[in-house]
Formats: sequence, C-alpha cells, structure tokens
Amino acid sequence: MTDTANPLIRIAGLSKSFGDFVAVDDIHLDIGRSELFSILGGSGCGKSTLLRMLAGFETPSAGKVEIDGIDVTHLPPYERPVNMMFQSYAVFPHMNVEKNIAYGLRKDRVGKHEIARRVDDMLELVQLGDFRQRKTDQLSGGQLQRVALARALIKRPKVLLLDEPLAALDKKLRERTQFELMNIQDELGITFVVVTHDQEEAMTLSSRIAVMNEGRFLQVGEPKEIYEYPCNRFVANFIGTINTFEGTVASVDPDGISIQCEELGSTLRAVGDYAVAVGQAVGVAVRPEKIFISRSEPEDLYDARLRGIVDDQGYLGNLSLYRVRLESGKMIQVSSQNRRRSSKRFVEWDDEIWISWQPLSAVVLVD
Amino acid sequence: MAGATQHDTLWQRITIAVPYLWLLVFFLLPFAIILKISLADPIIAQPPFTPSFDQHGDLAITADNFLFLLTDKLYAVTYLKSVLLAAAATILSLALGFPIAYGIARSSPATRSLLLLLIILPFWISFLLRVYAWMGLLNNHGVINNSLLWLGLIDQPIQMMYTDFAVFIGLTYSYLPFLVLPVYATLERMDEDLVEAALDLGASRTRAFWDITWPLARPGVIAGCLLVFIPAMGEYVIPYLLGGPDALLIGRVLFDEFYVNRDWPLASAVAVMLLLLLVVPIVFLQRSQTRETGAA
Repeated sequence: MTDTANPLIRIAGLSKSFGDFVAVDDIHLDIGRSELFSILGGSGCGKSTLLRMLAGFETPSAGKVEIDGIDVTHLPPYERPVNMMFQSYAVFPHMNVEKNIAYGLRKDRVGKHEIARRVDDMLELVQLGDFRQRKTDQLSGGQLQRVALARALIKRPKVLLLDEPLAALDKKLRERTQFELMNIQDELGITFVVVTHDQEEAMTLSSRIAVMNEGRFLQVGEPKEIYEYPCNRFVANFIGTINTFEGTVASVDPDGISIQCEELGSTLRAVGDYAVAVGQAVGVAVRPEKIFISRSEPEDLYDARLRGIVDDQGYLGNLSLYRVRLESGKMIQVSSQNRRRSSKRFVEWDDEIWISWQPLSAVVLVD
Repeated sequence: MAGATQHDTLWQRITIAVPYLWLLVFFLLPFAIILKISLADPIIAQPPFTPSFDQHGDLAITADNFLFLLTDKLYAVTYLKSVLLAAAATILSLALGFPIAYGIARSSPATRSLLLLLIILPFWISFLLRVYAWMGLLNNHGVINNSLLWLGLIDQPIQMMYTDFAVFIGLTYSYLPFLVLPVYATLERMDEDLVEAALDLGASRTRAFWDITWPLARPGVIAGCLLVFIPAMGEYVIPYLLGGPDALLIGRVLFDEFYVNRDWPLASAVAVMLLLLLVVPIVFLQRSQTRETGAA
C-alpha cells in the first residue's frame, strides 16, 4: 500500500515545543498516496499539534515536512496543497452552504462558471443539493460536517487533514458517516490524514494507524497489526481491552517462549519470535475474545488452562462479557459471541468455570 | 403541567413588563411632556410656556419653534457640527478601540481579565475630573505643549485648548470604553477556527480578517459605535469645558435655551429634533440588519 520510495508526505525529525513542554518529539513518518492514515492518541498526546504543523498553523521547532517532494515546512497555510476539516467544522456562519463551499475557489480567483460547476459536483458528492441556499444555523450536525468536508475537498488538495471528523456526531450517524468518508476517499483518491482519540473510528477507517503518546509514535501499522501485535503495554491497553499477566522468561525455543507467571502460579506459553532473554521480566497479554470459557476442564489442546469463578457477567446482545476471578484472586475479562439463541444463561454468578486460550493468542510485552 | 406553564408565562410577562413600565414612566411620559412644551409659545410666567388648550378648551399648539429651528441657520449649523464631531469621535474610537478589543480577546485568560479591568478602571474616577485632566494636558502651558517646547519641536505653544480638536479628543477619550466592551464581547465569542479555516482555504491574513472577523464582529461594532455616537451627539460637559466659546454643539445650545434664555418651548423643540435625528437613522439601520439576518 505504501510506496516507500516515493511517499506523498514525508515527515522527518519533526518536533514542536511550547516553552519547556515538548508536544511533538522527533517524529519520522512517510505517508503514501491515497492512504487513509490515522493518528490515534489520548488528549494532549500531541496529535493535534502534529496535524496543525501539517496544515501550517504551527511552525515546527525542528525537522521538516515535505509534500509531494516539496518542502512546505515554512509555507503559510494558504500556500500548501493541503486542506483541513476542523473538529468544530468551522463552517462560516454568515455564509450559506453554497458560499461556504465556494470560498476556497473564490480565494484562488477561479472563474465563475468553473466555480458553479465544481460547487455542483461537491454538493452532489456530499448529497446536499437541496440545501445550497440554506443558512448554516438551519443545518444539523451531520449536514454541517458534510459542508465542511465539501469545502475542504473542492480545491482538490493533495492531502485532506481531518481533526476528529466524527467526534461531534451521534453513534448511528457516526457509523454511516464513517463509510461515506471511506467511499469519498476511495472515489477521489486523495490522501486522508485523520486525527482521532476514538480507536474504533481509527480501526474501521484507516489503512494505517500511528498510536501516539507524549509526543512520540509508539507503533505504526495496519489496524490488524496494531490490535493483534501491540508492541508495548501502552498500545496494548490503549487499543481495545486486554488482560495482562506479569512474569519472567523461563525458556526460549524456536517456536516461542515460556513465561513463569508468579501471580498465576503456572507457566504460560507464547508462540512467536521475541527478542528476550531467560530471566527477563515481561508481560503476557491476552484479548478477552481470545479466551474460551467452559464448565469442564478443557482438553490438553490448550496450553493455558485456569480455574476461576464468575464474578460478574453482562449481556450485550451480540456479545456476553464475563469477569472471572481466578484462584489467585486476579480478575480476567472474557467476551464471547452469543452464537446460540437462548433465553437461558450459559453460566450463573459464582459458578466454577475454566478459562483457556491458545498459545498463539498470547502477546509478549517487553516494555 | 399546564398550571406550571401558565405560571411561567405570567412571570415572564411580569419580568418583561417591569422594564417597559420603567421606560413608559421615565422616558415616554417625560418625552410627551417635552413634545407638548415644544408645541407651545414662551411666556413670562410660571411655567414659562402657554398651555396646550386655551380658555375655550380649543387646541392651542404652534409649530413656530420647529419652523424657527429650520429657518435660523445657527441651528442647522449646530446640528451639522454636532453630527460631524460625534462621527469623527466615533471613527477614531473605532480605529483605536477595535485593535484594543481584538488584542484583549486574543490574549490569555489571565491577562484578559487584567486588560479588561484597565479598560473599566477610568470609570472609578469622576467623569468631570477626567475631563479637567485633559485641560491640564491640552493647555497652552500644559503637559503636551511644554514637552514639545522642551524638545524644541515647536517655538510657541499650539492652541489646542478651547478648540474643536480638544472637544474631539475629549469625546473620543471619554467614550472609547463603550466601544471596546461590545466589540470585545463579539470577538471573544468568535471561534478562532473560522479564521484558520479561511487561511486554510487560501485567504491571506488580511483577506481572512475582512472575510471572516470583520463581518462577524459587525453586531458588536454597530452597538459600540452607537454607544459612542449617541451620547457624543448630545454631550454638554466636554464641549463646555474643552471647547471654545464658539464651540456651539447641540447639547450646549439645549442647555443655554433652557437655563440662560429660559425659552422652554424652543429648548424642547431642539431636544425633540435631536431625538429624531438620532432615532430615525438607527431604526433604519436596525431594519436593514434584521432584513439581512432574516433573509434566506
């Protein structure tokens, strides 16, 4: 997906400090053409500052940004082949829908007929044809979002920056808009860079995700990679839910490693090639949906087998969530698909059960 | 539920009625009396004007005072001069006040409250005292002239005191805060993302200001300008203290007619004309504004 020899955006050693506070710390990143790239992180992690440096609203303290081979580090926002969709949408309240969308072209002194034609195209793309004369205070949140999108796309930027594009929408609308955004991106082939704190949004939208914390990228990869192979504790905990056990490496063999886990009083297996040494302290992490729950002792097929009692359970319709207290007292989260239609519960509170998982499901976290 | 709503609307009506009642008693009623006096003839009596109805109960009003205002050039010139001076003071206030308001609105919250305090601070000193202070500055031997003389920039003092220039400066100084505050209020509310969006879409800083900031600040600018223009039009103290004997502004003419000439009917006519001069353009302005915001 990424053309590494010829990326569209090349960020090299980019940093930004405000006084003593380092908001963005030595970021290196290449983003390819037509990528839908997400920067994911909590509030204050530096993701917005990074986006604002791409847009030209902040001057980097160090490093540079190239777009399509041209150094734009010190170009003002109005000279960059980049447009931005703001989190607040920033739709001009004193202009109607049509004027908002046409604004960028008018600033570029594009001819009247050309503007009219392209506004029509945009209105069609975002399905706002019937609203062109509307004042902005007569629009819903979803419609405002589409005005902002059309306004940012009309100049055919090489890169569209989206700051929390879906945060202000309600859940149903968010899901629909997510797919609309992906379709539009696909149709126009413009590179999207999305900043979000919502991991679900990042997972569904993106071709690649960068997880950011304290101004640094912790992991950059495809959604699946980030979820299934988190590279450290922060990423593992930030994306989805995960159970973590602390232990020390007992042995390393070609298939994987064994970890002596004091808090469980047993040894756990993890399959994979990890650069660890015997005796090293590591964490073993397992996602709730990778854990099986059973009434009787599972067959030897599964490496990890632990006894526990059901402390709490929740029925979510498609899923059931369980909190299981292990014999050691540790709480484990388990989720399972409700495949069978039944009004009866599979297990009751305080039932004694077994939990198990495949060694392949365990992730070893070194730091 | 229905009872509660009824109760609410009753309370709503009362709260709305109170200020209207206040305006009725203390503005509309006195204005009706002024209007009545303006349509009478002056006589040497107590009160010094003829009644609206003669002894036969017939209406005895006259438009003489208004006709006199329209025919005597002095009044036309005075009104015009007042409008010009008030307009000049409004424009200078806007030129000074808008950047001040913008600066305050864009500063950090902590500095913002300090700067706002500084804007309001002069109100804690008597208005009269502050105008007197300007006399000390503008005098032939005042601070400004003495400094310029000492610097060798001038050979003899510039006559500033008792001129229209002094009145203009006095008006601007006194009413500047009334412009800064409403403009600040609109700018502070404005989402800064809007300006950034304009920059992002290809507007330069200057262009973004005229496309976004200025039109969105307009309600505050209009309110601020009116708050400067209206009191400046009828101002009496500043022209009396800083202006020369020929600085005949409408506020001073009004005062002189009432208290020096004791011609109450003519003075009332001057007051009515002043009100019409102020109210009519404002009503038009407001009408055009509501039409603009109400359209589409």
